[in-house]
Amino acid sequence: MNAQPHPQLNPQPLLSVRDMTRTWDGVHGCRDVSFDLFPGEVLCVVGESGSGKSTLLSAVSYQTQPDAGSVWYDTRDQGFIDLAALPGARLRLLSRTDWGFVRQNARDGLRMQVSAGANIAERLMAVGDRHYGDLRAVAGNWLQKMEIDAGRLDDTPVSFSGGMQQRLQIARNLVTHPRLVFMDEPTASLDVSVQARLLDLLRQLVTDLGLAAIVVTHDLAVARLLAHRTLVMRGGVVVESGLTDQILDDPQHPYTQLLVSSILQS
Amino acid sequence: MYVAVKGGERAILNSYRMLDAYRRGDRAVPELSLDQIREQMPLAVSRVMAEGSLYDPQLASLALKQAAGDVIEAVFLLRAYRTTLSRYGYTQPIDTGAMRLQRRISSTFKDVPGGQILGPTYDYTQRLLDFTLEAQREADALPAGGDALDSAMPRVTDLLAHDELIDAEPVPEGDPEPFDLTRQPLDFPASRAARLQNLARADEGFLLSMGYSTQRGYGNTHPFAAEIRYGTLEVEMHIEELGFSVTVGEIEITECQMVSQFAGNADTGPKFTRGYGLTFGYGERKAMSMALVDRALKAKDLGERADSPANDHEFVLYHSDNVEASGFVQHLKLPHYVDFQANLELLRRLRADGAALQPTPQAAPTSLIDEAVSQ
Amino acid sequence: MSALHATVERDDHYNFAYLDESTKRMLRRALLKAVAIPGYQVPFGSREMPLPYGWGTGGIQVTAAIIGQDDVLKVIDQGSDDTTNAINIRRFFGRVTGVATTEATPDATIVQTRHRIPETPLREGQVMVYQVPIPEPLRWLEPSETETRTMHALAEYGGMHVKLYEDIAQHGHIATTYDYPVIVNDRYMMRPSPIPKFDNPKLDGNPALMLFGAGREKRVYAVPPYTRVKSLDFDDHPFTVETWTECCDLCGSRESYLDEIILDDAGTRRFVCSDTEYCNHRQAQQRNDKATA
Repeated sequence: MNAQPHPQLNPQPLLSVRDMTRTWDGVHGCRDVSFDLFPGEVLCVVGESGSGKSTLLSAVSYQTQPDAGSVWYDTRDQGFIDLAALPGARLRLLSRTDWGFVRQNARDGLRMQVSAGANIAERLMAVGDRHYGDLRAVAGNWLQKMEIDAGRLDDTPVSFSGGMQQRLQIARNLVTHPRLVFMDEPTASLDVSVQARLLDLLRQLVTDLGLAAIVVTHDLAVARLLAHRTLVMRGGVVVESGLTDQILDDPQHPYTQLLVSSILQS
Repeated sequence: MYVAVKGGERAILNSYRMLDAYRRGDRAVPELSLDQIREQMPLAVSRVMAEGSLYDPQLASLALKQAAGDVIEAVFLLRAYRTTLSRYGYTQPIDTGAMRLQRRISSTFKDVPGGQILGPTYDYTQRLLDFTLEAQREADALPAGGDALDSAMPRVTDLLAHDELIDAEPVPEGDPEPFDLTRQPLDFPASRAARLQNLARADEGFLLSMGYSTQRGYGNTHPFAAEIRYGTLEVEMHIEELGFSVTVGEIEITECQMVSQFAGNADTGPKFTRGYGLTFGYGERKAMSMALVDRALKAKDLGERADSPANDHEFVLYHSDNVEASGFVQHLKLPHYVDFQANLELLRRLRADGAALQPTPQAAPTSLIDEAVSQ
Repeated sequence: MSALHATVERDDHYNFAYLDESTKRMLRRALLKAVAIPGYQVPFGSREMPLPYGWGTGGIQVTAAIIGQDDVLKVIDQGSDDTTNAINIRRFFGRVTGVATTEATPDATIVQTRHRIPETPLREGQVMVYQVPIPEPLRWLEPSETETRTMHALAEYGGMHVKLYEDIAQHGHIATTYDYPVIVNDRYMMRPSPIPKFDNPKLDGNPALMLFGAGREKRVYAVPPYTRVKSLDFDDHPFTVETWTECCDLCGSRESYLDEIILDDAGTRRFVCSDTEYCNHRQAQQRNDKATA
């Protein structure tokens, strides 16, 4: 991230989270989380398993309802609003057009029994595109952008490698030009050799498309490569937050120090 | 020259006659009487009444005779008849605690107030074919009744409730009229009343399999049979014009209460949870299976893991009715040649197109690949 | 106008049309709601009928709810009045209503059908009652009823087009040949029941009232007269119907849906109109014309 300048800060955050708490049994989850996310900014949420980071992602994207606190989003047509006030229908529409959600396991975010082309074109068809030729062309374009051979357009994801499936899932999410993408451990299920290539691609896309993203990961290297800012979570709370470089080069909280030092050792 | 085939109506009328002959069998053999069925096949009659949702042993016997012993066909007959009956109103809730008991057992306590009453059951028999039944023989007369059954037969679950060890089953706020599955279509999320009604008339085999699956790991509930009761009780109905309730009949029912352990959640501490089964007539296997499935359907509300088939409300409740299931499965016997023709045409066209393009290697044909299989 | 079938004695043990009056009212209320929201599936309290679920109980309940003494009923299955299921249902209504029945489409006031729309154009005042096995067009995509209801409420129909896209990608054209999904009144997606797609255009702007009944699934839906019904397609892959190179072997029609009949072991085949009444009528006319010529 060092070579990339921090995106020009629009004073209006794209997403604002205030004092948000979400637990699934009264005890485990995330508590009192607050942060802002600006357009074009990538935020990493880092922590071990059980730290509450996945719960955080689920609550912030309103797939589960926060128990307390609020999440605000700067919509295209209604301005900056509290997501709790949004009717279910509008929330669903928002999540399928202006947002993306990339799952750790590509199979959970794809239709495995239809072609790559159909997977990518689905969101466009959902919002009314009805020209087969155009849909196919757009899908083919995206395959190329994701460095997948365009000849695989009619193949089902079953025949793709893990890395290709993940890139396909990302394309499926980006086709409607969302402004915000949530990613849950996007590289964790991939081979180390494949991870680097995917991260590179993500980094490029984020800049080219001006995407804002919240990326959950246990891997500090992902944060280093992708994120402008990072939150460190432990036991359900954010123990440290700030610019990624600062956190990784000069961690303040003992837990962060432990995390950082353990990478250096390994 | 092809001539369109006619005479379907005559064929149908002939098939009626053949069916009647099939049902009657060898005319040298005495015809079955409804009394015989009612008296000597009471378990079949019970099942037909339970799944037919109509308590009438005489009609159930008629249905079994007409159906030539096919229980599901008999259930269908009874249900269709039920459609023609007028609805006068609803009875008062029955009090199974006031049952005149023939059988009452509990597997959770060695002894319970009132004792373990075995009653008429196959449970303790050895399943050896009794060839003495090949001939007509008189059953041994029962000895004259001894002491009357202890009138104090508190429900085991009431005993647990007294110590607050089991989840209460409170009457909903305002005591609203319950959902009536025989009048309204099922909707989701389904209330407990709707679920229990659906299960009460569900196919015994289906519930048995679903209940069995919960015992084998598809949704573990570690159940215990707290109490099983079989006997008779009176059914009362409040008559507006009279201003009081009158007894409209006496019915036999079987009731099963299962209890399972529950670890508790953020709101409640650990306690026992219930599964409830109730059936017309004598049907323990059905009542027990119903109780297991009732409990399994509660899993999601209790915050437990709920990813097994028996936990899936829509899966269980939409496929439990054997009249629906039988109809749809067997409808495949109806002519489908128009649609088949359409498919035939398409297949021929695809093969023709495929043959024309032969040189290009085709991608592997897509199919609805099962997620589980491909993983 | 004549009842062409052995009159079945009206059985007085049953209420007119078998169902009790309050059940018929319940059904009519559901049907009114369905007509008010074209293509929308209205739940109703389906009753067990003397024919099995899956064999037309939905259609039978709809017909039973609307039929009156003066109606004239036609019942067809696979386009024919003489198939066993059509006969069975016609006998049932004869028994519980005593209403006149007919094979002639123009003479009928109510036509109950399984899997076909008659070739003879319908007119204002007629009612078509369709027997529906699975009412939900999204069922193949989503087994959960709760989820499909939400999808309809939000008009989330993208998934259906995925299927069509996939067909074109794999086969070069859309592979659905019957029960072809449509959009009704530019709003709800609907399954027209397993009629061949050949019949879909007949739904668009039809002067008759179309009622659909699914007994086992407990839903009714409707297409009011003169309603827009559009079959799903892509702008560059428009909806097309089946065609045959052959014509009907009996009446020579080139406009009707043809059934394929296999005549012998060698696979000799003939094509005849699926709509037997339409075919017989044409043959009678041709004989007439020949006689007067």
